[in-house]
Amino acid sequence: MSGTIRTLVRDGLWDNNVVFAQMLALCPAMAVTTSGTNGLGMGLASTAVLVVANVLVSLLRHIISPQVRIPVFIVLIASLVTVVDMVLNAWLHELYKVLGLFIALIVVNCAILGRAEAFASRSNPWHALIDGLAMGIGFTGALTLIGLIREFLGSGTLFAQASQLLGPAFSFLEIRVAGYGGALLMILPPGAFAVLGFLLAGKRVIDARREARAAAAATPATA
Amino acid sequence: MSLEQLKENTLYQPLLLGAVALLASASLAWAASATRDAIAAAEARDLRDSLAQVLPEGFADNDLLADSAQVEVGEAKPLTVYRARLGGTPQGTVFKVVGKGYAGPITILMAVDRDGRTLGVRVLKHTETPGLGDKIEIGKADWITTLSGKTLESARWAVKKDGGEFDQFAGATITPRAVLNAVRGGLETFARHREAMLGLPQDGEPAGKAIARKEGKSS
Repeated sequence: MSGTIRTLVRDGLWDNNVVFAQMLALCPAMAVTTSGTNGLGMGLASTAVLVVANVLVSLLRHIISPQVRIPVFIVLIASLVTVVDMVLNAWLHELYKVLGLFIALIVVNCAILGRAEAFASRSNPWHALIDGLAMGIGFTGALTLIGLIREFLGSGTLFAQASQLLGPAFSFLEIRVAGYGGALLMILPPGAFAVLGFLLAGKRVIDARREARAAAAATPATA
Repeated sequence: MSLEQLKENTLYQPLLLGAVALLASASLAWAASATRDAIAAAEARDLRDSLAQVLPEGFADNDLLADSAQVEVGEAKPLTVYRARLGGTPQGTVFKVVGKGYAGPITILMAVDRDGRTLGVRVLKHTETPGLGDKIEIGKADWITTLSGKTLESARWAVKKDGGEFDQFAGATITPRAVLNAVRGGLETFARHREAMLGLPQDGEPAGKAIARKEGKSS
């Protein structure tokens, strides 16, 4: 793995994570994450769109003029999402019943337009592909994490209905905490804000510790 | 002339945008035509599954999807009904009603037999509060089954709080009230348009505008 690729992957997964660092795409991150399964499904669908949109924009970057780039990106992304919506409805209908409501929301996911504008429009298709994948996986991870925490505290389950999303082989993921009814608040919108707030604070603490450790390691070396 | 110079031309912008829009529309049209049949088939399968849930087994021997009709019930849109027949004789009808829930419309599928008795009721779609109002789903509670086997006269169609006979939920009265009102409305519609909805012959008038009527020929 070359240095650029490693940076791209680390940016997408942690340093420049869509939700936890760029603070983009909070609408789907809040609305969809009532369960881990919902978060995972939304993340995977967004990743697919993000990768294809990144590659398309990168391929077309030389002929897109700066004056009309935003409308061009929006038309590309919106058509892509509509195609994904129709394809899921036709051939992965069970999955569509779980995700259906959220697919259209991908159009307004500013992270996708953000990556097209900030990265894909000035990078080669290979780097755009890696960036799309890394950003998408980082987004999926963030959504799944928020979803799992809310689901666990709110309804006392983990990955409920995961087998509907991933196939019956994954039913072992579904866990139910016996004798716990759940705190309704966590499933409702305030729960999303609370969980996101704690996770953001947690990431800041980890980053600050890492920096302090790096600084401590650097000082004796230079002294 | 290089591409960079061409891009500065004022005409380049609308042409580029037009070309992209044209390509996008073409790919959408292609995707729509490629998926149309599969989507229709998947939706028909869904509908068949829900029909099977509201009708008791062995109640009908016809293909309900092929025996649907649009019945004018005095509302803006005609009501789509699916007729259940056994050996060609009308036994009952299945149709959708919509209730005004706490957070939005509640779509309900209900089956009524020829005497105006509910055979089964299921909530197909709703946006009620999770944990409170969603007990109307069969997967969350069996409340909805208490609505089966009742006629307009035999039951007091209201929650206990309103003097009726059905349970309300702790913390959610609006949701069950909406479901009860919608189902009662459905029974009233049935009482007014019984012949058309069952597909019985009427004096002088055709029995609804049937789009397709294939009677069960298995008998």
